[in-house]
Amino acid sequence: MNGARAILKALEMQGVELIFGHPGGTIMPTYDALYDSSIRHVLVRHEQGGIHAATGYARASGRVGVVMATSGPGALNLVTGLQDALMDSTPVVAITGNVPQHLIGTDAFQEADVVGITQPVTKHNMQVRNVNDIPRAIAEAFYIASTGRPGPVLLDFPKDVQLAEFTGSFDVVVDLPGYKPTYKGHPRQIERALEALGKAERPVLMVGGGAQHASAEITELALKTGLPVIPTLMGLGVFPGTHPQCLGMPGMHGSVAANRAIQYADTILAIGLRFDDRVTGKISRFAPHAHTVIHVDIDPAEIGKLVKTSIPVVGDAKWVAAELVKGAKKLNLSKWWAQLEEWKTKYPFAWKPKPYLQSQEVIQAFWEATRGRAVVTSGVGQHQMFVAQFFKFDRPRTWINSGGLGTMGVGLPFAIGAALARPDELVIDFDGDGSFQMTLQELATLKKLNLNVKIVILNNGFLGMVRQWQDLFHGRRYSEVYLADSNPDFAKLAEAYGIPGLTLTDKAQLQDAVKAVLAQPGPVLLDARVYHEEGVFPMIPSGGAAEDMIIENPREAVAGD
Amino acid sequence: MRHLVSVLVQDRPGVLQRIAGLLARRGFNIESLAVGRTHLEGLSRISLVVSGDDAVLEQVEKQLNRLIEVIKVTDHDEPHVERELALVKVSIAGLEERMEVKDIAEAFRARIVDVAKRSIIFELTGDTTKVNNFIEALRPYGLLEVMRTGAVGMSRGEQVLRVREKKAV
Repeated sequence: MNGARAILKALEMQGVELIFGHPGGTIMPTYDALYDSSIRHVLVRHEQGGIHAATGYARASGRVGVVMATSGPGALNLVTGLQDALMDSTPVVAITGNVPQHLIGTDAFQEADVVGITQPVTKHNMQVRNVNDIPRAIAEAFYIASTGRPGPVLLDFPKDVQLAEFTGSFDVVVDLPGYKPTYKGHPRQIERALEALGKAERPVLMVGGGAQHASAEITELALKTGLPVIPTLMGLGVFPGTHPQCLGMPGMHGSVAANRAIQYADTILAIGLRFDDRVTGKISRFAPHAHTVIHVDIDPAEIGKLVKTSIPVVGDAKWVAAELVKGAKKLNLSKWWAQLEEWKTKYPFAWKPKPYLQSQEVIQAFWEATRGRAVVTSGVGQHQMFVAQFFKFDRPRTWINSGGLGTMGVGLPFAIGAALARPDELVIDFDGDGSFQMTLQELATLKKLNLNVKIVILNNGFLGMVRQWQDLFHGRRYSEVYLADSNPDFAKLAEAYGIPGLTLTDKAQLQDAVKAVLAQPGPVLLDARVYHEEGVFPMIPSGGAAEDMIIENPREAVAGD
Repeated sequence: MRHLVSVLVQDRPGVLQRIAGLLARRGFNIESLAVGRTHLEGLSRISLVVSGDDAVLEQVEKQLNRLIEVIKVTDHDEPHVERELALVKVSIAGLEERMEVKDIAEAFRARIVDVAKRSIIFELTGDTTKVNNFIEALRPYGLLEVMRTGAVGMSRGEQVLRVREKKAV
């Protein structure tokens, strides 16, 4: 058996069923071994599509996503996706080929220092230089990727290692003396957290992406205590978005109720989130009345990194939430809830109807038509925020977007990965015309797989979020954000790939279009030509705080639109 | 505030690059970094001097702990021994000067490791302040070259950086 076959066998032993990838010179021995393997391979059209698909697969399934690429350009095309997976704590293993060891360091054809380059964008990486180390390296990679705070791990295999004769053993023990994640939160700290909650008058429960696997426990905790729940962008779906105790997401484009609740809260219980600046705004003005911040996170480095924590609990969200449930009591929050209800009722997510088709109503129509029974992905930009605002996520792992890195172009590959992870689900990719064009070559992958993915392009002819900032903060100087004059006919483009394409321009046709998209089996693309100057509101300007929130579009208020 | 931090690491390829990269990337102010093998096979020990308040130090330690090869991190706020090694080449104009610098060296317990017609190399070990003072004392005579290592440190008494027990998976 050669090294390449050993790589495949070790992957099979990890339970890998699916690899996304693109072959090339230095990874060819492994592709050759793949020919005889039971592992399914999905050929993407660009490595970036491959890693995003692996990330989507991981996020939708909770399992490790695997991507494979060749050396140099192939491996470098993984960089953005690795950082995306790192920022959003997604378990991904990337396998790359490299030039043979005798050529390393000689500027050989398609050589790059992949381990050096990917060090800052992975949880861990290594180059496997001895063929007999393969099983141990792969076992370590999967262990590191999927345990503790999940993240991407890259393994680089020089071509000669793939070709060398393997004489080692597959019976390996993962021995990482420096890596011992803490799952069980400290009992005394959990006790203190419960005491603090018992005394709180205006508490909030914030949940993030790190709590996606703890949905049942978090929901039980919220229902038992009566706490208002604020899921972050990454935490949407952890607690049902349609439940009256859900205040919606906080932050830059969050709900008034969520942001005011944090602004006036005296106690914050935060589980599995990292207080991103898009959530906190200006940190010195974040939650000024919260005398108690309880922060539950499996990564000790997140605790106290940005927000001063009074009760730190290092542990797994699921384990800690279950412990909190055990000791939790119904809290008397009637006065607090009266205030929260007022904000919720007075300032729901809403839009001003216009004579043109609007992104918000398209999303709402799909939510209503599917009753929320879908796995939803998005690109990055205004459409992403509109989905987060108007598609109410009731189940965990059903909202897959790029939170931390804000990677344009993830929508379609995320959808492909999610559809393969959950073949029984309807998958909808709400995309922007800007975002979609960054990875649209993956239409070919989608066509080949014939997955039940509905692509809805909210096409406003602009890089909408940049345009919105230019509108508000740069004197309406729309520098390099106009796309409409050169956008393709997206429906025709889909047709070119053999995927049915529809165009929607008229508000009155919305319901028919939604029906047509959902009735069509397999992939469909809907090009929804939406109002070109919509803004996402509420909005907290970058560097501002909750009290700086702009609730309505000031442009429209002035114009009396 | 200056902190001396000791880090026990697995001696794997690229580990030093990983640590230096992590600290640089996160904007921590590193004054010095010294690394060497230990008596344990496969383990190296790093001494770092960082400046910053307690919050900075806490993040340095927490971020270092996230690295897979890092086994143990500790800052030496307890009584500890700290040493730096310096090689200092001083220019010598005449006999009188030669005598003077020798007196200075004696006061600092520096050793002469090379003597030439117009220069002397001294070797000095000590904490950072002592090395600084020695260099300043010799500066008026004309410093030709100064080479100093980063600070290395160790807790006094029986307290040691230990490897945690192995766990099979």
